[in-house]
Amino acid sequence: MTKTTRILMGATALCGMAAIAQAETLTIATVNNGDMIRMQELSSDFTEKHPDIELDWVTLEENVLRQRVTTDIATKGGQYDVMTIGTYEVPIWAKQNWLVPLDDLPEEYDAGDILPAIAGGLSVDGTLYAAPFYGESSMVMYRTDLMEEAGLEMPDAPTWDFIKEAAAAMTDKENEVYGICLRGKAGWGENMALLTAMSNSYGARWFDENWQPQFDSEAWKATLTDYLDLLNNYGPPGAANNGFNENLALFQQGKCGMWIDATVAASFVTGDDSTVADKVGFALAPDNGLGKRGNWLWAWSLGIPAGTDAEDAAKTFVAWATSKEYAELVAEKEGWANVPPGTRTSLYENQEYLDAAPFAQMTLDSINAADPNNPTVDPVPYTGVQFVAIPEFQGIATAVGQQFSAALAGQKSAEEALQAAQELTSQEMQAAGYGQ
Amino acid sequence: MARAVSTRRKIGFTIAAWAVGLAIFFPILWTILTSFKTEAEAISSPPSFLFFDWTLENYTTVQERSNYFRHFWNSVVISLGSTVLGLIIAIPAAWSMAFVPGKRTKDVLMWMLSTKMLPPVGVLIPIYLIFRDVGLLDTKTGLVIVLTLINLPIIVWMLYTYFKEIPGEILEAARMDGATLRDEIIHVLTPMAVPGIASTLLLNVILAWNEAFWTLNLTAAKAAPLTAFIASYSSPEGLFYAKLSAASTMAIAPILILGWFSQKQLVRGLTFGAVK
Repeated sequence: MTKTTRILMGATALCGMAAIAQAETLTIATVNNGDMIRMQELSSDFTEKHPDIELDWVTLEENVLRQRVTTDIATKGGQYDVMTIGTYEVPIWAKQNWLVPLDDLPEEYDAGDILPAIAGGLSVDGTLYAAPFYGESSMVMYRTDLMEEAGLEMPDAPTWDFIKEAAAAMTDKENEVYGICLRGKAGWGENMALLTAMSNSYGARWFDENWQPQFDSEAWKATLTDYLDLLNNYGPPGAANNGFNENLALFQQGKCGMWIDATVAASFVTGDDSTVADKVGFALAPDNGLGKRGNWLWAWSLGIPAGTDAEDAAKTFVAWATSKEYAELVAEKEGWANVPPGTRTSLYENQEYLDAAPFAQMTLDSINAADPNNPTVDPVPYTGVQFVAIPEFQGIATAVGQQFSAALAGQKSAEEALQAAQELTSQEMQAAGYGQ
Repeated sequence: MARAVSTRRKIGFTIAAWAVGLAIFFPILWTILTSFKTEAEAISSPPSFLFFDWTLENYTTVQERSNYFRHFWNSVVISLGSTVLGLIIAIPAAWSMAFVPGKRTKDVLMWMLSTKMLPPVGVLIPIYLIFRDVGLLDTKTGLVIVLTLINLPIIVWMLYTYFKEIPGEILEAARMDGATLRDEIIHVLTPMAVPGIASTLLLNVILAWNEAFWTLNLTAAKAAPLTAFIASYSSPEGLFYAKLSAASTMAIAPILILGWFSQKQLVRGLTFGAVK
């Protein structure tokens, strides 16, 4: 080999390496749950189709991720090109111009196929700012065998009165069977998600149209009193410490007669780890005949921070991960039951999916029953079903959640908890300049 | 009779010491045991202690899903880097405070310690902005700098306490023999203080290894250490206890082993000067 040949070969190798080095790298921040992990595992399909784009994953626990991406986007840190965010963040961030609008996704993406309720929660002034990866609402999951033993029949759309009656009839504390399991752990995404959604069905609201807190209303009193009565009389011991995971474990072990929680739990309670998988029924979240149900609406979605230097590549990835083709890819590799639910109308028109997921129709009905832009019986100045889409909500709702959790633990009465909630919310809202 | 009483007391103390030791170690033991269970067994009630189907499935899954060695290497670089850099700054600082104290030395020491009383989140945004502007976000260099600054007060205090125990006359003698300041610190003081420096080093490696606030907030994909590796397996909506336990066990194993082998030095360093 001559010297010239060696030099030429070296130059060719360098050019090749330079081409590889030019591949764009997307840093994707995501939460740790089954659907997101599956996306990570299937992402080789994307990188095969787009060899010029490399993917770096940052998977974090939900609350850590929220703190992390909020710091980054607020300071324009530019560490992430795609962020997993929820229906709470999207309207707030979009109004700050922190997110890239997704109004130019390719035609074959079929943005019109996104479920209207979900699209509504992820849009500001009709423009979509994040693409839904999976959507969820909440519903009643119940033990069909215990319901039958109790001589009752769960309606598709139960009332809170029926839930109370059924909880009483199903409770058998001696055998560690509790009529109802609900979230009790303090937190804006824990007990306050359930209680805020529940309060909507009781005609309560967080604020009136002038941003005045409403915890001193009769509707809130009725909500909290019924919640405490249900859990104190028919709930599991230590309910004030129970979040999603704890209640899931209790239900899977056959210790809950009913559980009102995220629709995403349906696949867990009917899955292999559940001892009651073949005895589970589903119903819409309860109401009180006031026109609003006690169900929430959430969608984990992919958003692109404004100012990313890889906007086009990020859009390509977001379009892939939330496309119909991705759903088909999951179905092919893992089965239809594992397709991320709650985002597209076409999924619920697919007979194969409906056959594989017995909870599909109820999930769809629950999502459709939620209206983030009109969440309460009386008018309110905010959007969001189980949250109020203002930046102050996380802090206030967690503090209020601590009061309600303390009431559940027997440390204070419902009246005392509501009074404390009213005072602390008034204080925080005044300090933030609302209603002035 | 006296002997019998003393033996009984000895047995009593031994049992008490083991009980306290086991109580402290129990959460770690439980984490390790849970890492060998299936997800269903990990949440079963009542929980099974030893009699369950042992499985390595969680370790396999964690290995497949995450790049453990990248996180491990980042942890090694960050914890060792910040400790060594801290020692380079702290040894001369502690020397000057121990052997040539000024009027305000005690105040300076207290002020240094007071920086540890500030909640870290209070300075998160300013530091984040500085890091963004100088390009240190998600870099090992950035974390080495931050962790050095965070642990510096502890390093200076520990070394100061150590150096105070060394007779100043020895350093004076070295000076009489013509040693320069550099010689005095490197060739006379440092060799005499090796046990103290070693225990300071070990303690700071452990502190830096376990530091979670800054390492989670200032990193994304490239410089994320084992704390981020653990955080990626926690979830409020989904059952990942067994995998989380496996990830935690893998993250704490290196530092547990290091602590086990160096416990003599650690105890000696931490109790130095406590009994006179």
